[in-house]
Amino acid sequence: MARNPQLNRHGELQHLLTTEGLPRDVITRILDTAEPFTVVAEREVKKLPLLRGKSVFNLFFENSTRTRTTFEIAAKRLSADVINLNIATSSTNKGETLLDTVDNLAAMQADMFVVRHASSGAPYLIAQHLEATGRDHIHVINAGDGRHAHPTQGLLDMYTIRHYKRDFTQLSVAVVGDILHSRVARSQIHALTTLGVPDLRAIAPKTLLPADIDRLGCRVFHDMAEGLRGVDVVMMLRLQNERMQGSLLPSPQEYFKFFGLTQEKLALAKPDAIVLHPGPMNRGVEIDSAVADGRQAVILPQVTFGIAVRMAVMAMLAGN
Amino acid sequence: MSLPDAEHLLVVLADQIRPRVGADTALVGLHTGGVWLAQRLHALLGLMQPAGSLDVSFYRDDYAKRGLARDTRSSSLPFEVEGRHLILVDDVLHTGRTVRAALNELFDYGRPLRVELAVLVDRGGRELPVAPTYCAATLDLPPGQRVKLAQDGDTLSLRLTGS
Repeated sequence: MARNPQLNRHGELQHLLTTEGLPRDVITRILDTAEPFTVVAEREVKKLPLLRGKSVFNLFFENSTRTRTTFEIAAKRLSADVINLNIATSSTNKGETLLDTVDNLAAMQADMFVVRHASSGAPYLIAQHLEATGRDHIHVINAGDGRHAHPTQGLLDMYTIRHYKRDFTQLSVAVVGDILHSRVARSQIHALTTLGVPDLRAIAPKTLLPADIDRLGCRVFHDMAEGLRGVDVVMMLRLQNERMQGSLLPSPQEYFKFFGLTQEKLALAKPDAIVLHPGPMNRGVEIDSAVADGRQAVILPQVTFGIAVRMAVMAMLAGN
Repeated sequence: MSLPDAEHLLVVLADQIRPRVGADTALVGLHTGGVWLAQRLHALLGLMQPAGSLDVSFYRDDYAKRGLARDTRSSSLPFEVEGRHLILVDDVLHTGRTVRAALNELFDYGRPLRVELAVLVDRGGRELPVAPTYCAATLDLPPGQRVKLAQDGDTLSLRLTGS
């Protein structure tokens, strides 16, 4: 059997590329490890010495201020030196290939690459290239690739769910919205399945569902009222305007009417159901302000937990 | 070899610390054995301040070699560190590296007035200039041998592990 490209020969995390195929005990260990990191954020000095002297390169071939910032904070709280490269506006425009860029940065003694790329599989390609050229001491974290995966977002969502709901094996979870274009949805669905969620639902219009949705282990709903009934967790997705090609949707207003999360629709879920959103939110498109700012929303805790989860991933990788 | 009775040593240690505690004194147990000890000492000494606990995994000097320890727990100091008299509590003092890590972590919470060290057993083998303030027993163990505290119900005991 081929080795999982994310694990080293001891079965430890070498890169974090996707939640798909990540063993349950590895996911659980990441979540467990993140917990003590949340306490550090409440201290006078929020820094830890774990990545002292290490260089973390944020390679963002696609713009994302928020994700880049959270990785930067996580790395800095671990005392790493952080170098941000917005390559969308840099040397690839001059014709340099992805792997040439990587080779150059590796020659600058990089210890870790955090990669965001519009093409699915780019972080995997980098990880493979580093291993093939004997530089497997350099770790790669996927910070979002195309429509493929956004594993740290998926994991911080798992951390948030576990924080409020404890036991995954008792939960009904609905993933709502633009699943077709969403790497977040894929990372969530794979992690939820691995963690043993027995009732996983995908709620979306037909035009925003991937062809392989059944294979992912979701029950599909095209109606919010049916899909939200009795769920413990509602995971909203951002309507990916910038990824839309052609006319998959009539209009944002029309979308809000049928698939926007309002208090009325949320009332069909369990009374103590929580609402997640990976941000940035389109208020009045996929989520109503009353829900986004309401007592069931855990959207800001997600951001706080996200730092701890990213610190845990970086600390585990750098130590393996 | 026969090991001393941990419950007896606990009383000896409490007797050593008792004359030195004030209203501002707080105990800080080091995971795992030190946390059990700190809880027992806290009750024996009737301290006003709650006991804290440190898991020094994030400060260990062997992280680069051995990676992040499994089962790292949250540290908890439920009091203001600034200006306080703190007593670090651990079961066994060996190389002194855990104490070094604990001191580094402690100072990321604030600047204590005074930090002391209480251990049940000093087994020798120091690799850093660290000495206990309070110590209930010294043991002469060969380098490969390890001794640690175990908790069975409410009862503490010392056990030998390793080769």
